[in-house]
Amino acid sequence: MKRPRSKSPTLDEARLRQQAIGVKLRQMFEEVVNEPVPDAFLDILRRADQRRSEEA
Amino acid sequence: MGSAPRAASDRDETFRSELAELIPHLRAFARTLCGDPVAADDLAQDAMLKAWAARESFELGTNMKAWTFMILRNQFYSERRRSWRQSQLDQDAAERTLVAVDDPEAPIALDELRQGLAMLPAEQREALILVGAGGFAYEEAAEICDCAVGTVKSRVSRARRALQGILENGTYGRDGGEAGDAMAAILAEAERLSHSR
Repeated sequence: MKRPRSKSPTLDEARLRQQAIGVKLRQMFEEVVNEPVPDAFLDILRRADQRRSEEA
Repeated sequence: MGSAPRAASDRDETFRSELAELIPHLRAFARTLCGDPVAADDLAQDAMLKAWAARESFELGTNMKAWTFMILRNQFYSERRRSWRQSQLDQDAAERTLVAVDDPEAPIALDELRQGLAMLPAEQREALILVGAGGFAYEEAAEICDCAVGTVKSRVSRARRALQGILENGTYGRDGGEAGDAMAAILAEAERLSHSR
């Protein structure tokens, strides 16, 4: 967050606000990324792989 | 068993483990498109199956994250085209996103960020999410959304401005609460986070 100050304080302020929104956006996304993966997802991959072995 | 099937099976195994690592990211992206967590997981699972079925066409070692996000996004929009009229849909999606915020303990700023996002046009929202939250380069986001790099850049920049305006001016109210302090809450939390690191 530490950047050299530019001549315009409003530009700095705008940049700060955009950075804060960016932090929040990533946090919103990461919340779901960090959830445990439901078993259904891994089951799908397991079954798909089984079908493939049977076909082979 | 000859060596050809063995090679195919090794390739599938590599593909499968790479795909498995992407599941949390696919779920997160689907959640931002659908809002509703159950519908989002259905979408992410459909996308996974599609990716698996199309695994022969994927070149191992290239960007599987961007490839699967593109599949998921195409799946989302083709389902929407099949089922409903577009205008109806954007409204529904925005409302679902709002309804999905049902945790009264959720930090106020995050809640309002979601509401602000729901107010953006769909193409601006997805561009901002891919670049601002998903960590994609503009070029990758352009590939995922099937549009020009310049288009993504301008969508992201318009989305950022619009979102900031929404958060600062409080175009909405929260339970009759003071509108317009969402940006202040976000700034305060950013400040707190930067000190705690």
